[in-house]
Amino acid sequence: MSVIWTDTVKEIAGIKLHVSRAGSGPTVLILHHDIGTVDRLPFYDALAAKYDVVIPHHPGWGKSERPQWMRHPRDIAAIYAWLLADLGATGVSLIGLGFGGWIAAEMASLAPEVYKKLILVGAMGIKPPEGDIADQAIVSYIVYPRSGFHDEAAFTAIYGDVSTDQLEAWDIAREMSFRIAWKPYMYSQTLPHLLGGVRAPALIIWGDDDQIVPLSAGQAYARALRDATLTTIPACGHFAEMEKPDAVAKLTIDFLSGN
Amino acid sequence: MHMMYFTEQPMSAYDAKAGLDFGATALNFSNKHYNSVEGSRLYNEYLEEYVLAEECGADGIMLNEHHNAPFCMQARTNMFAAILAAVTKRVKIVILGNPLPLTENPVQLAEELAMIDMISKGRLVSGFVRGGGQEQLANGVNPAFNRERFIEAHDLIQKTWTQPGPFRWEGTHYQQRVVNPWALPLQQPYPRVWIPGVLSKETVIWTAQQRYPYIALNTSIEATKTIHETYDKAAAEVGYTAGPENFGYLIRVHVQDTEEKALQNARQFMWMQGEFTGLANPVWANPAGYFSPSGRRGFVEFAVGRAKNPRGNPTFEEQVADTMIIAGTPDQVIERLKYLVRETRPGIMGIWANDGNVSKEDRRRCIQLLCGEVMPAIKEFGAGLGLKDPWEANAPVHLRYSTDIAARKAAAE
Repeated sequence: MSVIWTDTVKEIAGIKLHVSRAGSGPTVLILHHDIGTVDRLPFYDALAAKYDVVIPHHPGWGKSERPQWMRHPRDIAAIYAWLLADLGATGVSLIGLGFGGWIAAEMASLAPEVYKKLILVGAMGIKPPEGDIADQAIVSYIVYPRSGFHDEAAFTAIYGDVSTDQLEAWDIAREMSFRIAWKPYMYSQTLPHLLGGVRAPALIIWGDDDQIVPLSAGQAYARALRDATLTTIPACGHFAEMEKPDAVAKLTIDFLSGN
Repeated sequence: MHMMYFTEQPMSAYDAKAGLDFGATALNFSNKHYNSVEGSRLYNEYLEEYVLAEECGADGIMLNEHHNAPFCMQARTNMFAAILAAVTKRVKIVILGNPLPLTENPVQLAEELAMIDMISKGRLVSGFVRGGGQEQLANGVNPAFNRERFIEAHDLIQKTWTQPGPFRWEGTHYQQRVVNPWALPLQQPYPRVWIPGVLSKETVIWTAQQRYPYIALNTSIEATKTIHETYDKAAAEVGYTAGPENFGYLIRVHVQDTEEKALQNARQFMWMQGEFTGLANPVWANPAGYFSPSGRRGFVEFAVGRAKNPRGNPTFEEQVADTMIIAGTPDQVIERLKYLVRETRPGIMGIWANDGNVSKEDRRRCIQLLCGEVMPAIKEFGAGLGLKDPWEANAPVHLRYSTDIAARKAAAE
C-alpha cells in the first residue's frame, strides 16, 4: 500500500513550520535528528501505514524557518505542543530520533499526562554517565553522519554521493544545533530530574554500535523514566531508523499497538 | 605613516614531524608536544625583541593572540600589552586585536584595556577582532553568535569607556547589572580602535560605519583594493570620505644583510605548512554559523574536498613574485615596499618580520635593519604620497566624534 504524504506550512511562534503528514489512526509525532531529515524514509512509510504520522522539520532545519530568538531545544518542545494543539491532536505518541529524542523527552517532562507513549531512539538530551556525545563541530560534513551508521553501505543507500544541497542542509542543521545546544553540548543538566513524572510508557531503542550517543545515556533514560524498557538493535549505529528501518518499525509498531 | 613591528611569536621549538604525522598543527594537535622550557626562553626573547624594535625606531608594536597551536604563543594579548606598557617608553602598543566574542565579561576587558592605557601613559591602540573559528572552539564559545557577540561586546565596551557609571546593560548576549569600573582610559574619548581582517565584507562595512581604520592582513594587492572600495562606499554612505588614515596593511617582510640569507629565513613564513594558522580541518577554521551565509555553498564544497581553497595555496616563490612576501637587503625591501605602498596607500603599516625557526641572532639583525633603515625610508616615501596615519590626520576616534559630517551634510543641502 503506497502512502500519500501531504506537506503543509503552519505558522507558529512567528515562524513558518514545514509539516509532512500521512496515514490515519492514532497520531504519532516523529521528531528528526540533528542532521535534519530526508523527505521520505521507509521507516516513515511503515508508521504511516498504521498511524496518522506528523513529521515537522524542526524550526531552523530543512524547510522550516529559523527563529532567531530560539535558544534551547525546550523552545522546540513548546512549539510542537503548540502545533499539536493547532492540529487538534490528542492522545499523541512521540517518537524522538537522536536529537529529536531530546525534544520528545522535554515535551513529555513538561506535560507528564498528555502523551500516550514515548519512544526514544539513540536520544540526546542527557549527559551520558559514560562517554560523551560526539562533537560534530570538529569533524567534517560527511564524516559526522557517516559515523552514525554501523555499515557505510547503509549511509550510501540513503545519501548516495551526497549532493551539495545536502551538504548545505547539514551546515544549516549544524548551525541550528550550535545556536540552541552549544553548551552544554547536546544535553540538559535539568532534564534528568524532570523525567520521573512522565506517565507515558516509554521504549528506549539504541543501536548497539551508536558512535554518536553512548548507550549509557539510554540506560540513564531508562532509569529516570518510571515505565521504560531499553532494547538494543545489533549491528546498528546512531541513525537506527535509517540503518535498520524494519527492526525499528517493528519494535515501534509493536510497542504502540500493545496495551 | 605609522609603522609597526609584528611577530606571531612562533612556538618554533616543537616537533614539526609530529604535526605532519598527526595531519594537523592546530586545535586538536596535542599539547604533549609543547615544551615549557623552550616556551619560557622564547617568551623572554620575544620580549627583548620588542624592546629592541622600539630602540631601533619602530612606531608601534603590534600584538595578537591565538589558541591551541604552535604558530602563535600569545594566549591573551593583553598580557604582553601590559608588560610592554611597563617596559617600553615610546612605541604605541597596538593590540590587533582582542577577540571580543571570546569574552563573557566585556566590562572587565574594558577595565584591563584602561589599565594598559594608563600604565603606558596613553600609548594603547585597542583593536578588536571576531577571532578565527578555531579560537571559538578552543575556548568553548558558540561560533553561531560570533558576529552578534562581537558587535554587542564592542558597544558595551564603548559605553563603559564613555558614559559615567553605574549603568545597566541588558543585551542579547551580555547582561551586566552594575557597570561602573574604577579604571578608565587615559586617552579621550577613548583609545583608538583599529579592526584587522582578512576576508569578511561585513566586517569591512561595519568598520567603515564606525570610522575605525581597517587593517588588511596580508591580503593580495587586488583584494586590498576591493576592501578599500567596499570601505569607501560604506564611509560615503555615513557621510565621510575615507583616506589613508582609514587603512592599514600587514605584510610579511624579512630583511638581512644579504639577499640569500633573507630569502632563506623568509621561507620560514611557510613553516605552518603554508597556512597562516597551521594545518587544520576546514570546519575548525569556519565552524557552522561563523561565516557569512553567502559563502556557505562554496565553503561546504571546499570542506569536503570538492573545491579548492578559496584563499589558494600559493608557493613561496609565487608569494614573493606577487609581493605577498618581501625578502632581501634593506635596499631591495625598500624598493618592493614602495611599490606596495604606492598600490595600496595605507596610513598604517604592520611588518610581520620573523616567523618560524629564525635564529635569535638573525631575528635581531632583521629588527635592526627593518626598524633602523627600512621603516624610516618608507615613512619618508609615504609622506611624499600624502599617506597620513590617524594621529597625523587628526582623525576622529569614532564616527560620532566626526566634525566634518554636519558641514558636509549642510553643504549638500
